[in-house]
Amino acid sequence: MNKATVKYAFLKSLPVMAGYTALGTGFGVLLSSKGYSFWWAILMSITIYAGSMQYVGVNLLAGGASVISTALMTLMVNARHIFYGISMIDSYRDMGWRKWYAIFGLTDETYSIVCSDSDLPPGVNKKNYIFILSLMNQFYWIFGSFFGAFLGNTLSFNSMGIDFSMTALFVVIFVEQWEKNKQHLPAILGLAVSTVCLIVFGADNFLIPSMTGNVIGLFLLRNKMRKEGNCL
Amino acid sequence: MISASQSLVLIAIMAGITIMLRFIPFLLFSKNTPKPIVYLGEVLPYSIVAMLVIYCLKDIDFLGKAHGIPEITAVVLVAVLHKWKHNTLLSVLSGTICYMLLVQFVFA
Repeated sequence: MNKATVKYAFLKSLPVMAGYTALGTGFGVLLSSKGYSFWWAILMSITIYAGSMQYVGVNLLAGGASVISTALMTLMVNARHIFYGISMIDSYRDMGWRKWYAIFGLTDETYSIVCSDSDLPPGVNKKNYIFILSLMNQFYWIFGSFFGAFLGNTLSFNSMGIDFSMTALFVVIFVEQWEKNKQHLPAILGLAVSTVCLIVFGADNFLIPSMTGNVIGLFLLRNKMRKEGNCL
Repeated sequence: MISASQSLVLIAIMAGITIMLRFIPFLLFSKNTPKPIVYLGEVLPYSIVAMLVIYCLKDIDFLGKAHGIPEITAVVLVAVLHKWKHNTLLSVLSGTICYMLLVQFVFA
């Protein structure tokens, strides 16, 4: 591991440092508001390491969700990772032992950085760069989670309504996706199908019909979608 | 609160499935990816995030004393603020604080 590679990975990770520390802190505070100690936050951030899923996970833990609904929810929320992997098959080839960790740590943010990085400066070893970048990003996330949970366990304040941070996070992602993609049909479909399913099946049972409805709807609308294949 | 062992089971499921999803492409599609999968990859993330927004708002009680006003106000605030400033931290923090103030003081 040469110095240039580590330095380049660190510079590239700076925006993630800010984002992950803040969002991780939010996750930690939220988890601790449900009565979990900081060890749980660290455990989840080491093993799951998926931002939005961990926010949803707090909800699942707090509501005592069943094994099946937890599994389905994880499948749906994280299904996009399959597609990240597809576009990284070539970049991650021949990474040897580093590949296993790099695949595990392929989050939205790490993906978008690696994705936007076609020209590396001279002296930077690509395999080491991807590995170190992934490792640094997870470290920020674990640190943020620990810090948030520690704050939440230490300070006492009325945390009623803090769950809204998850809603706010998804609204932010929704707005960003809306602006990034000219094709708004999938987003509108998602809103429409989910709202109808919520009304028809009720708050406790609408997720599975809604997930199914979205996938079917997307295939029905396949011809209407304009082709805009890109590295999201 | 559920027990520690139940919590561990749920966390193991979330971790196991997330890891599986991240590894699938490298194990299965290393040569060529089926077309329907590629198509879903392009469009599904948008539908799912929309669904998650609705999921977060599923427990709004329009007939309750707040009539969903705190949720709607805070969601609009987050959306407008984010469109304007594009700062995730600012948007999430302002929306959450706004919502907490509304449910703790205004509609308490």
